[in-house]
Amino acid sequence: MKRFSTLGLATAALSLPTLAAAQEAVSFEQRVNDIFAGSTGWFVNLIFMNLPGTNFPWIVMWLVVAASIFTVYFGFIQIKAFGHAISLVKGDYSDPNDAGEVSHFQALTTALSGTVGLGNIAGVAVAISIGGPGATFWMIVAGLLGMASKFTECTLGVKYRNEFPDGTVSGGPMYYMVKGFKERKLPGGRFLAIVFSIFTIGGALGGGNMFQANQAHAQITQITGDFSGLITGSIFAVVVFLVIVGGIKSIASVTEKVVPFMGVMYVVAALVILIVNYDQIGWAFGQIFAGAFTGLGVAGGFVGALIQGFKRAAFSNEAGVGSAAIAHSAVRTKEPVTEGVVSLLEPFIDTVVICTMTALVITISGVLVWDPQAGVYLLNDAGTAIRTVDGSSGVALTSAAFASGFSWFPYVLAVAVVLFAFSTMISWSYYGLKAWTYLFGEGKTTELIFKLIFCFFIIVGAAAQLGAVIDFSDAMIFAMAVVNITALYCLMPIVKREMNSYFSRLKSGEIVKHTD
Amino acid sequence: MSQTTLIVGLDGSEAGNRALEFAKTRAGLIADCRIMLVYVIEWSPFSFQTAEENEKRHARREQELQLAHERVMNPAVEATRAEGLTCEGIVRHGDAADILESLAKKHEAAQIIVGRVGAQGIKARLFGGVTGRLVAGSSVPVTIIP
Repeated sequence: MKRFSTLGLATAALSLPTLAAAQEAVSFEQRVNDIFAGSTGWFVNLIFMNLPGTNFPWIVMWLVVAASIFTVYFGFIQIKAFGHAISLVKGDYSDPNDAGEVSHFQALTTALSGTVGLGNIAGVAVAISIGGPGATFWMIVAGLLGMASKFTECTLGVKYRNEFPDGTVSGGPMYYMVKGFKERKLPGGRFLAIVFSIFTIGGALGGGNMFQANQAHAQITQITGDFSGLITGSIFAVVVFLVIVGGIKSIASVTEKVVPFMGVMYVVAALVILIVNYDQIGWAFGQIFAGAFTGLGVAGGFVGALIQGFKRAAFSNEAGVGSAAIAHSAVRTKEPVTEGVVSLLEPFIDTVVICTMTALVITISGVLVWDPQAGVYLLNDAGTAIRTVDGSSGVALTSAAFASGFSWFPYVLAVAVVLFAFSTMISWSYYGLKAWTYLFGEGKTTELIFKLIFCFFIIVGAAAQLGAVIDFSDAMIFAMAVVNITALYCLMPIVKREMNSYFSRLKSGEIVKHTD
Repeated sequence: MSQTTLIVGLDGSEAGNRALEFAKTRAGLIADCRIMLVYVIEWSPFSFQTAEENEKRHARREQELQLAHERVMNPAVEATRAEGLTCEGIVRHGDAADILESLAKKHEAAQIIVGRVGAQGIKARLFGGVTGRLVAGSSVPVTIIP
């Protein structure tokens, strides 16, 4: 990370004076990309290393095994507590005397605005074009299992948050690593917290920033025609700067209000397309199930579908990554378990509902080239992904798929993508900042340095090419999961104790609904 | 005879003060009467907030409560008590109409007295202002002071 940022800054400094000419700008982008891929490649390779003798990345196994263990260990909490999660969000159990504090609904939607975004639109398209429709099946499985990981981390996030004398609340994996490990008398909590914070900064700059800027730019150019990513990046950087440095809350609060609306609209549009093509839904599910186990001739076959599905689900809902523990920890509750329960709705909404919608629309729309005679998808010339009708990938592919239903949809999607990207950036700038201040201490100057670096990376992200950015973003987010899940294993007995105590009191009637 | 409770909605405006004046006159005519002053800070648990706003929410809430007490509630309660009337003040976050109604129910109030505030903005036009919704949903008589 450090190596990269130094190099990146140096390149920027060298190239900035020559940016005037468009030709030069292209070469700048090329250079950014080369340096980027070159300096982060080793880390990406390490994270995505295959298990010995297989072509299965160990990190995917790591996430799935963890989510499965949590699912079993907590007795299928995602099924058991699903209904309770909904009544908590509705406020049935909120103390009226706490009115004015952060509600379960607010904590959930804040966390969701950080996860619902390009992962659901672009990430799914990537998963399906590489892994085939079968990837959807594994994505849903990963989403369902991920609910248990989310439950674990968010319960801990609330339990070990810091409540400062000035009344502000902040929490996250770094705090449960330190305090939880101390409570269980385990060594290494502080070390894990530091490593986690470093990766969180990387994740904030990668998946929470560059990937967003990159895909927002891709979506805009699809409508306007090609132009330099530096322009999009700079505009984004300025607006984000105004919000996070300038403290212009109105921009953020407008986004916070528009994003949920966009999310609903996206799902409605997807549903309309599915309803119009209702005769193909059965076929699409057939493709998804068949592809899940056979691969339907896709690159990497069955394993390819599985890896892509799990990877994109993890990237989209961030279960086990630790970011949600930061977002959920400001809620007002006396019972940490309640927020854990609420948080398990997050992967459900994000992955099981929204990602599946995208996947179904892409599958049904016919943008993937299918060979009916051989019964397989045709691959592109490089053999790395399914051939698409117009050669598009990422968010452009989703856009093309939706355009098959509504020709004007790419415009709406462009607005949605820009807003999603923006709200994700704002959320991740906060997560990154929490990690940054954990490492370097609170203070106006240290915070400003991080915020400036964050804005700079928006420009880099918009200018670099998708491949390098997506690899780096994935690698950093998964690196967070390596550290976070290690801590979750060590602390899961605490969560279990909390969970048993809470549910037994709920059953005995000690915890009751507050109704007027 | 049991105590009569009059609930008065304050909002820091002239209309609220007129409602309080009216309540005081009424209270003076009733033998055993208490005036319950209520100030509601508009807030919804279903609004959307950024992580940073959430982090500072608890501190902000304390501030809002303190300001409401200092600027509106305490002076009003003191002035009312100074006239020899029984009075208490409540500051809450939430929806004004809901809170006035639920307090009226809880304390078995004789009536709710509020000032008439003109409808503000599109939301008020669509869903009715606080007074409109209060009248529509209240379980006790509501007096609106023009």
